[in-house]
Amino acid sequence: MKAFARLLERLAFTAGRNAKLTILSHYLAATPDPDRGWALAALTGTLDLRQVSPSLLRRLSGERVDEQLFALSYDFVGDLAETIALIWPETPVADPTPEVPLSQAVALLRETGKLSLPAAIAAMLDRLTPPERLAFLKLATGNMRVGVSARLARIALAQAGPRSVEEIEEIWHGLEPPYLPLFAWLAGGERPAAAALAPFRPVMLSTPVSSDQLAGLDPADYLAEWKWDGIRVQAVAEGGQRRLYSRTGEDIGAAFPDLVEALEFEGTLDGELLIRRGAEIAPFADLQRRLGRKAVSRAMMHSHPAGLRLYDVLTWRGEDLRPLPLAERRARLEAADFPGGRIDLSPILPFASWDELARLRADPPSPVIEGVMIKRRDAPYLAGRPRGPWFKWKHDPMVIDAVLLYAQSGHGKRSGFFSDFTFGLWQGEDLVPVGKAYFGFTDEELRELDRFVRRNTVQRFGPVRQVAPLLVLEVAFEGLNRSARHRSGLAMRFPRISRIRWDKPAAEADRLETLQAML
Amino acid sequence: MSIRAEEIVFPTEAGLYCAPGGFHVDPLRPVPHALVTHGHSDHARPGHGTVTATRQTLEIMAIRHGEDFADSRRIAEGPMRIGGVTVSFHPAGHVLGSAQVLIAPDQGPRILISGDYCRSPNPVCQPFEPVACDVFVTEATFGLPVFRHPDPLAEMARLIASMAEFPDRPHLVGAYALGKAQRVIALARAAGHDRPIAIHGALKRLCDYHVEQGIALGPLVPATEPGDAQLILAPPSAFASPWVQRFRDPVLAYASGWMAVRARARQRRIELPLVISDHADWPQLTATIRELSPQEVWITHGAEDGLLRWCEIEGIPARPLRLVGYEDEAE
Repeated sequence: MKAFARLLERLAFTAGRNAKLTILSHYLAATPDPDRGWALAALTGTLDLRQVSPSLLRRLSGERVDEQLFALSYDFVGDLAETIALIWPETPVADPTPEVPLSQAVALLRETGKLSLPAAIAAMLDRLTPPERLAFLKLATGNMRVGVSARLARIALAQAGPRSVEEIEEIWHGLEPPYLPLFAWLAGGERPAAAALAPFRPVMLSTPVSSDQLAGLDPADYLAEWKWDGIRVQAVAEGGQRRLYSRTGEDIGAAFPDLVEALEFEGTLDGELLIRRGAEIAPFADLQRRLGRKAVSRAMMHSHPAGLRLYDVLTWRGEDLRPLPLAERRARLEAADFPGGRIDLSPILPFASWDELARLRADPPSPVIEGVMIKRRDAPYLAGRPRGPWFKWKHDPMVIDAVLLYAQSGHGKRSGFFSDFTFGLWQGEDLVPVGKAYFGFTDEELRELDRFVRRNTVQRFGPVRQVAPLLVLEVAFEGLNRSARHRSGLAMRFPRISRIRWDKPAAEADRLETLQAML
Repeated sequence: MSIRAEEIVFPTEAGLYCAPGGFHVDPLRPVPHALVTHGHSDHARPGHGTVTATRQTLEIMAIRHGEDFADSRRIAEGPMRIGGVTVSFHPAGHVLGSAQVLIAPDQGPRILISGDYCRSPNPVCQPFEPVACDVFVTEATFGLPVFRHPDPLAEMARLIASMAEFPDRPHLVGAYALGKAQRVIALARAAGHDRPIAIHGALKRLCDYHVEQGIALGPLVPATEPGDAQLILAPPSAFASPWVQRFRDPVLAYASGWMAVRARARQRRIELPLVISDHADWPQLTATIRELSPQEVWITHGAEDGLLRWCEIEGIPARPLRLVGYEDEAE
């Protein structure tokens, strides 16, 4: 439990992805079974534990600590689990009890009956040190919040052992915590049979391309299709088992039962998840309303029906088609039949020259298209992001000239530099914050921005500096949604600083109405 | 007839005042005669007429504020007669030179003003000395039961482990220039870290002074030329300045009792919080009150509500002095 507690603490305070991976892979390499498997499950949210309510925890601490002292402490600390972990009275023990393994804490939360749970939790807290108590309480309340996705955990597994992340992804969905066969395989043992039907297969990704780069390529070697602005998914149906995966291998089927039900085929398909009302494809914001849900209402499925637009086929009726050239896979896809209206094929674009494709790209038939995909006809379906076979040729981003309002310093490589920038647009005489950007600038530009912030700070709010509204930033972004959470009522997608307009007076920056008109 | 404690010592605008002695203790503004418990800048301000303090505190004040920090100085040694009271200084275990002040009238209650104090072993200063008293004037910086400082060597072990886990990343530890910085260095040495440690310019004179006083700190190099030093110490304020930019991908750590609370560490964007404190934690505050068993407890500053409640539960008469001006950030 000590190592797990240390792991959680390090992850909670570490912002950098690479540093997180280092910490996680070291932990996985150094921790024995089954604890490391339970830790992996806890971090990736695949652990099914009895959820302990905050009120139960408050009651338990109320039996040990004066109510006023608890209230004063909770007020200061601000987090219930943390307060209890710190305030829980130490029970003097004659001889130091042996360390509690994580597996024992997990077993307690899996197997204890409801009636005996309070006493079992109190007895466990008595045996733990403060950091372990916090880790245990985070487990018990199901609130890890350490910023580790299942994908990141799999990359750490790949770093800790000899297998690639793609190989791990192939078998991941058939495995159960504490993953003993997985760790045995990573240690050089036998590969676990992909036990589950309908496993995830690693996805093929593209790299961006510019028109200059395209000029050196022969258009006849390539197929082109629209790049839809939805979510790239993999739909698998095998032996009656149907699953919908994100491109990083998360099972997102629970949020899209209407689509999962419509997967009436035997195979693995690659496509774009979209909200579609008849022939019309709805904007990304509509899809966003259905993401991340554990369950979805009938009304939501009716008003926001999910659909799948197919790009590719990986397996079909038991046959692995991935080694075939794209043109042959496409022919197999076109030969298949998808009744029901929820699933269709993304059309192939006719073009003879890059100029011709550029004209199509400039005038797409739907606003829910963010560019074109260009794929080599003879390329097999490869895991990962190989350079060359697949390109994305996106629209030019939208841009707006905004005024820098606030800055905050960054982490890791950007320690000591103001690198998180909040910018705003004019509304009457005021500047309304419209977004935040952390990248897009070079290291040299970062140094210049940092100097600007230090010289023009007008007020400090903890780590945040308010700066005089003098500097115009050209902000590029991929899309725009309405948002009730933002003061401006708008949320940009993927905003970044595309240019620093040292030359432009702040008064000439754009107005909020200009942004609203881009909706 | 015996005189009441409240008539001997009471808070004023300038700070805690001893009327029969005619002096203030740790005054916040210039006064004719100041008794100073320790050299932290919120307790030891320049501009007084006479300052009475331990020799080390006086020397530290001269280092920080210049030789002319007061018109005259008096080294506290043994019992001293000041006005109508007898005063003696006793080690407080907080920082080098830190002392408690015992005020003993010829008749009436003996009042012990702790200043800031700590009961944990600290290689850079003398340990706290329990002194019998009738009124114990205590700080309460960490006066809530959530504050139980862990073993500082275990915290140092976390720093050492992180340096091993990230051998290419410099580890910047924010530490207050007087006391905390030297303690962190001493802890690192005790944990076997014998490579050069780089220090920010603001720490240099006080580190040199500790060495002069016989406290071994091992090889120190300036942070501007760190060589291959992986451990770098700086005052916490340096983290917000461009000074940090010279280090590539640093791990920011901070040695303070406040780091026990995650929100405090997050607020400062700290990646490695180290709970190392020079103040008494909750078990030490309460154990000290029990040990001294005074008739009354006065609380100067900090989380007084928590300690007041504890005294209420224990049936110990207590009252807050609500002195303002002592910064908890000086930790």
